[in-house]
Amino acid sequence: NAVMAAQMTDAHRRFLQVLMSNGITEGSEARKLHQHCCETDKVYYAQDKLDDFISTINSHLQPLFMQIRKGLSEDDGTAHYAVVNLAETEVTKMASDYTEIELELFRKTMDLIIVSENGFASSTDILNLADQLKTKKMKKKEAEQVLKGFVEDKWLSEKNGEYTLHTRCIIEMEQYILSNYQDVARKCNICHSLAIQSQVCESCGIGMHLPCVRKYFRGQTERRCPKCNEFWSCDTP
Amino acid sequence: QVSELVQFLLVKDQKKIPIKRADMLKNIIREYRDAYSEIVKRADRTLQAVFGLQLVEIDTKRHIYILINNLPRPEGQHLCRDKEKEKMGLLLVILSFIFMKGNSVKDSALWEFLHLLRVYPGKQHSVFGDVRKLVTEEFVRQKYLETTAIPLTDPPEFKYQWGPRAEKETSKKDVLNFVAKMQSKDPTFWASQYSEAEANK
Repeated sequence: NAVMAAQMTDAHRRFLQVLMSNGITEGSEARKLHQHCCETDKVYYAQDKLDDFISTINSHLQPLFMQIRKGLSEDDGTAHYAVVNLAETEVTKMASDYTEIELELFRKTMDLIIVSENGFASSTDILNLADQLKTKKMKKKEAEQVLKGFVEDKWLSEKNGEYTLHTRCIIEMEQYILSNYQDVARKCNICHSLAIQSQVCESCGIGMHLPCVRKYFRGQTERRCPKCNEFWSCDTP
Repeated sequence: QVSELVQFLLVKDQKKIPIKRADMLKNIIREYRDAYSEIVKRADRTLQAVFGLQLVEIDTKRHIYILINNLPRPEGQHLCRDKEKEKMGLLLVILSFIFMKGNSVKDSALWEFLHLLRVYPGKQHSVFGDVRKLVTEEFVRQKYLETTAIPLTDPPEFKYQWGPRAEKETSKKDVLNFVAKMQSKDPTFWASQYSEAEANK
């Protein structure tokens, strides 16, 4: 297999360093970075072969239980890349950046989001959580700041005063969420990845990502559930 | 074991926190203490081969390590591995000042210099925030700068020098070239700094 045998060059290392420090990198940025690294380190640049480039890095990351993973945004389906730790048994990446009490707030927020119908938790509900933390009570003002920090670091994203998991969080913690929230976490019926925000069939309860729904119903005259064939009740903006 | 150590080092390095050997032993190696030096050697090799980072001991007495960036630095990208380009820019300016002034400056001189760049210790800066904290705490903790008290001064005064991370991650030559570029002069214009930089390679 030609890819497995491929050597790491300084271009690969530079790409990996930047990906790690970005946290999450959007698809077009990653392509530009690929070109920049090849040019900087004078390595042959194979245009449009980003996936091969990444596979080379991944073959060397595998023995370290790490991986550059691609995930799609639940909002618009665009590709994003993040370096994930496959051996994670808890939110270890965040552990170095936040205090014990902040992590507890995050975990409880994540609970709310995953359990919710639409994948969002209102800021009111989250601020009420702050009051009930086991580690130490957190004042509302402080919780607001902490939430802001989570959004800045791209663990959460905010829309109209409601919070959901950022694409970065989903890519990095998908395994953790699927194993720790087995009964509650939903998987998209189309792409089979974790679905935090999803549209749900009223009859049979299956869920799908919004971008996956759009793609599935494109060019179809009748919108019917792929599983139970009942009319699909949700609107697709 | 090697992969666990590699991950431990990467996480610590994210915050540029120097790593104590005691922490490495405690956190990771547990049952494998006898193989400690072999594991560390392999972890270093992996870090270099896969990430372009190198494990360097900056304090041989207290056994403290940092990860430095091994990748060749393209023109004008000194010390920049992460998105904190502005902070690194400020740091580069401070390191340059210290070097040009003979490798050691009094804190009052440093702040006077930063005044010229409209950076004030008492005022929140739009990009750097609490600058006093950044320079006296963060840069020192990350081992970019070293601060020592000047004896017999009241109120106590401090002097600033390059820290061990700065010594490893950049060079006097790079810094002199930066200054020369900023002032559109040849590096040889500063004779004593130039010979010191050449000798220091």
